[in-house]
Amino acid sequence: MKLPIYLDYAATTPMDPRVAQKMAQYLTLDGVFGNPASRSHPFGWKAEEAASEARIQVAALINADPKEIVWTSGATESDNLAIKGAAHFHQRKGKHIITCKTEHKAVLDTCRQLEREGYEVTYLDPEENGLIDVAKLEAAMRDDTVLVSIMHVNNEIGVIQDIAAIGELTRSKGILFHVDAAQSAGKVAIDLSRLKVDLMSFSAHKIYGPKGMGALYVSRKPRVRIEAQMHGGGHERGMRSGTLAVHQIVGMGEAFRIARLEMAEENTRLLALRDRLWNGLKDMEEVYLNGDLEHRVAGNLNVSFNFVEGESMIMAIKDLAVSSGSACTSASLEPSYVLRAIGRNDELAHSSIRFSLGRFSTEEEVDYTIALMKSKVDKLRQMSPLWEMFQDGVDLESVEWAAH
Amino acid sequence: MAYSDKVMDHYENPRNVGSFEKDDDAVGTGMVGAPACGDVMKLQIKVGDDGVISDARFKTYGCGSAIASSSLLTEWVKGKTLDQAAEIKNSDIAEELALPPVKVHCSVLAEDAIKAAIDDYKGKQSGSADKGAA
Repeated sequence: MKLPIYLDYAATTPMDPRVAQKMAQYLTLDGVFGNPASRSHPFGWKAEEAASEARIQVAALINADPKEIVWTSGATESDNLAIKGAAHFHQRKGKHIITCKTEHKAVLDTCRQLEREGYEVTYLDPEENGLIDVAKLEAAMRDDTVLVSIMHVNNEIGVIQDIAAIGELTRSKGILFHVDAAQSAGKVAIDLSRLKVDLMSFSAHKIYGPKGMGALYVSRKPRVRIEAQMHGGGHERGMRSGTLAVHQIVGMGEAFRIARLEMAEENTRLLALRDRLWNGLKDMEEVYLNGDLEHRVAGNLNVSFNFVEGESMIMAIKDLAVSSGSACTSASLEPSYVLRAIGRNDELAHSSIRFSLGRFSTEEEVDYTIALMKSKVDKLRQMSPLWEMFQDGVDLESVEWAAH
Repeated sequence: MAYSDKVMDHYENPRNVGSFEKDDDAVGTGMVGAPACGDVMKLQIKVGDDGVISDARFKTYGCGSAIASSSLLTEWVKGKTLDQAAEIKNSDIAEELALPPVKVHCSVLAEDAIKAAIDDYKGKQSGSADKGAA
């Protein structure tokens, strides 16, 4: 077993060696390096063929038409293109957008920008389990609502939203529906021939493909119109100009192909590992699972270890690569806004650790993680005045703290 | 977060972790910070009849630099009179530990903690002095 152990697959994944090998064939003179837009020679034709093949692979994982796939530089760009593109195109119809407080910053910050441009945005509160109450979403809809943007799987707590139900609702009201699927593709089955989703964002590096590569699904039936955000050359049917990054595209195609073939088996394995991890931790005193356990992606476990501060815990568990909702580990010095939005108090948000397992995680690593967490949490609690007060039966809520 | 060797040393091997009996008249307790802010520091001093701090203990909920700041402080206050201890500045702690700018508030918390502990001790003394007079 190699230390440190990588348990941050929700942040990014290592590329699958099969993907890296494939990509290497699309770079040099003896490989396929041409510009797919070059129509006058075989270098271009071969590159075009490679990009088309990748488009088929990406579409196959989500049961879409390859013509519905627009290449982008990643899920952040896809979110920007979908939300700004749809809002700008339909602005004469209305300027109201609905999203959720636990969305990724790529969605939230894009919505903030639209607010500066004169749009109105409703930010829904999720329920305590992290899921959206569809009735509350319906209640937020207005005559001038043009777009609903809800993520499929949350990056911090891994909960899976009911996008089928939301899609029924938005379609019945003639409102466009965008889904950020960066954390769900390759982990949760997605059938876009059935789901009433208009726009869906994808990332390659979350599922063992290259960084800097993503895609946006733009539905053709019904035909969804968006305004381009990047101009110059009219690539991707005018929706996203720029020479196609063939090696990246091929990498994403290969990653999505592998995911389609291996997803079911991988999920079973990851679920067993995740349950093993949770079973090893849940009997400790004062640990809290963040987010619904049932409606949750297989590889994610987000746990708050009460009375221990997240950054000091990260320092104590140097052998593990995990992330924390603690303010001290974020640039903004605010605790996780996702955990705050599901009603966790500041202490629990500061005390949270996200474990995300993936393709190369092993049972041995999980067992090591459990033992390490137990011993370090215990050590830090011996040092924690809050733990001492809790043990003495002091109600921490009733203490008047000298906030600073 | 890239920490100095000194922070890492105090974090890995914290000095004087623990608690004194807080009702002991010879003990002064300072508890500062708030869980919502991500750091709470409890500092205790034991003061001899000669007015010199003979021992100190801490417990801290917080990031690595908060733990290091309080650990360092317990080392520094031992052997000091209350007046000398009250003169410890947060900037001295920040400098000694080479805290990055975003972590300077941890040293401020440590300075607040020693002041609070001294006040607590003095409060107890004047209280028992009153009792003695009565």
